[in-house]
Amino acid sequence: MLRQTTYLTKRYGVPEGWTLPVYERDGGYEQAKRALSMPREALVEEMKAANIRGRGGAGFPMGVKWSFMPWPPKPEKPHYLVINADEGEPGTFKDRTIMELDPHAVVEGCIIGCFGIGAHAAYIYVRDELHLSKARLWGAIKEARAKGYLGAKPFGIDYPVEVYVHTGAGAYICGEETSLLNSLEGKRGEPRLKPPFPAQSGAFGMPTTVNNLETIAAVPVALAMGGDAFSKLSDLHDQKDGGCRLYGVSGHVNTPGVFEACVGLTLRELIYDLGGGVKGGELLGVIPGGSSCPILRPDEVVNAPDAKSPLHRWHGKNVLDVPMGVETYRALGTMLGTCCAIVLNKNTDIVLAMHNLMRFYRHESCGQCTPCREGSAWLFRILDRMVHGEATMEELDRLHEIADNIMGNTICAFGEGTAMPALGFLRKYRKEFEEHVRTKGKSGTGRLAL
Amino acid sequence: MTKFALSPDREKHVEEILSRYPNRQAACIPVLHLCQEQNGWISDDVVEWVAARLDLSAAHVKGVVTFYTLFNKEPVGKHQVWVCQTLSCALRGADEILHHCEKRLGIHVGQTTKDGKVTLRTAECLASCGTAPMIQVDKDYYENLTTAEVDRILDRLIK
Ligand SMILES: Cc1cc2nc3c(=O)[nH]c(=O)nc-3n(C[C@H](O)[C@H](O)[C@H](O)COP(=O)(O)O)c2cc1C
Ligand code: SF4
Ligand code: FES
Repeated sequence: MLRQTTYLTKRYGVPEGWTLPVYERDGGYEQAKRALSMPREALVEEMKAANIRGRGGAGFPMGVKWSFMPWPPKPEKPHYLVINADEGEPGTFKDRTIMELDPHAVVEGCIIGCFGIGAHAAYIYVRDELHLSKARLWGAIKEARAKGYLGAKPFGIDYPVEVYVHTGAGAYICGEETSLLNSLEGKRGEPRLKPPFPAQSGAFGMPTTVNNLETIAAVPVALAMGGDAFSKLSDLHDQKDGGCRLYGVSGHVNTPGVFEACVGLTLRELIYDLGGGVKGGELLGVIPGGSSCPILRPDEVVNAPDAKSPLHRWHGKNVLDVPMGVETYRALGTMLGTCCAIVLNKNTDIVLAMHNLMRFYRHESCGQCTPCREGSAWLFRILDRMVHGEATMEELDRLHEIADNIMGNTICAFGEGTAMPALGFLRKYRKEFEEHVRTKGKSGTGRLAL
Repeated sequence: MTKFALSPDREKHVEEILSRYPNRQAACIPVLHLCQEQNGWISDDVVEWVAARLDLSAAHVKGVVTFYTLFNKEPVGKHQVWVCQTLSCALRGADEILHHCEKRLGIHVGQTTKDGKVTLRTAECLASCGTAPMIQVDKDYYENLTTAEVDRILDRLIK
């Protein structure tokens, strides 16, 4: 249901909204101060009750992740909090708005997060291109330190906390948490085999929690409201998917942008009410949460006769009317991902759209695993032939095979993130792909743009 | 050839960077950025200097440099123009923006203008999809672009 909120975006558009005086006028840092005098278990329980599902893509419950940290921390094994602001997933542009417009929420979230997981240092990993984001974060850190909210005794309490910004150098794969940790340690950003998981051996070989930037920025709001009350903002509270979050919409809509609403918004509301409707023709498809999420067609109908399915309540309804949640979208065969949708109108050449994304994946594969390195290259090569009218039906079928061979055979989830959307395009637009091959590319509109 | 060394100002910054981490290796990427800011690209001299400064092997530093897109492995123009070509931007006319840049600068993607002023490159999604099409020029983002706007930006760079 469309319920726009302003808990996370209150200071968006406020003059100097990113500075400490404005943040404090809104009660800023009161929650950090309160958290540092709470028993740690109580804080983690409160966060579990908030049902904040990770906003970075995988949707793992944040409070549960915090509780995985070894306890109590051993003096020779310092814990670390690492915040993921790599924001590289095509179609995703929400974390950047928080860093630019409300960086103190991130710093306050880091203080609370450090206490919750037993860490004394947080590293915010920001992709290097986001120069304004980095400057605003450092600015906020400086202001907070000058006030004594960071450092040896935040708020006069004996729990040292430092927050640092760390930058990458242009590699999408560094958004994957173990690759990010390698990059933080000054290495090539190649993903690590799991286990060990970061909670056992993460940054510098120490117990580490990796949270997405929006995830941590929601923490002060959730704590102020109370975990349960925050969770109940959502239509999917019963699926343990709580609170409010940022939604993005880009591509063929009239008013693209980032919007805040309660969890449970539908794609129809995101596209038509917030995004101002489809631009330049009817709706062809929507990639719901960043390019790694398989595409949805507007004529798909929910088939969930089983009462136990998280989708059962929407059985028989159009996919556009299903609340966007971690469980609902998984059951639809796609993913909620970063909750930033890319909208395609009917003038879009679907072959060119897939070609565009497969070029991306070929370029960004780190190359460690043969199925991913070779598979992503082959997917692109065949699509490139198809775009030039040279591909055969056999090659169209081979695309499925190649994608299938990537699935489950790689070190990190980049492999699935390439293969699943590829299969989504191929299965859902089979007719268009066949037509494209048969007519040697003449059936396509040849256009991506309007 | 003179060997590379970081300017005294930037050298002070290295000390501050080192204080953020439990070991020296972690400073590798931030320090490489500082070096590139000064030198324009990461030459073998730079690699050696960073390796010595951080107690790393040159092979390690070289491995890091070659992994990341933003480290220039060869000299580049005074300004760098990156055109985002990924889907959200492509759906809103990135193609036209890119061709316009090529025409205006008289070079293809990956090339540098003869006077050494501008290098033109494509980028993958720069987290600005809601304001597509967009380009990055050095450290700045230019969003919601039209070709007329691109002309104004490029004119400033090449004049
Ligand atoms: C290829 C790949 C790229 C990713 N990119 C990002 C990213 O840019 N930002 C992010 O927060 N998470 C990204 N993730 C997810 C992270 O691995 C991790 O799950 C997340 O940072 C955890 O935070 P959360 O639980 O708060 O979502 C990526 C994962 C994969 C496999
Ligand atoms: S799946 Fe791809 S990106 Fe991930 S580790 Fe393997 S080669 Fe690298
Ligand atoms: S696709 Fe161009 S900024 Fe995201």
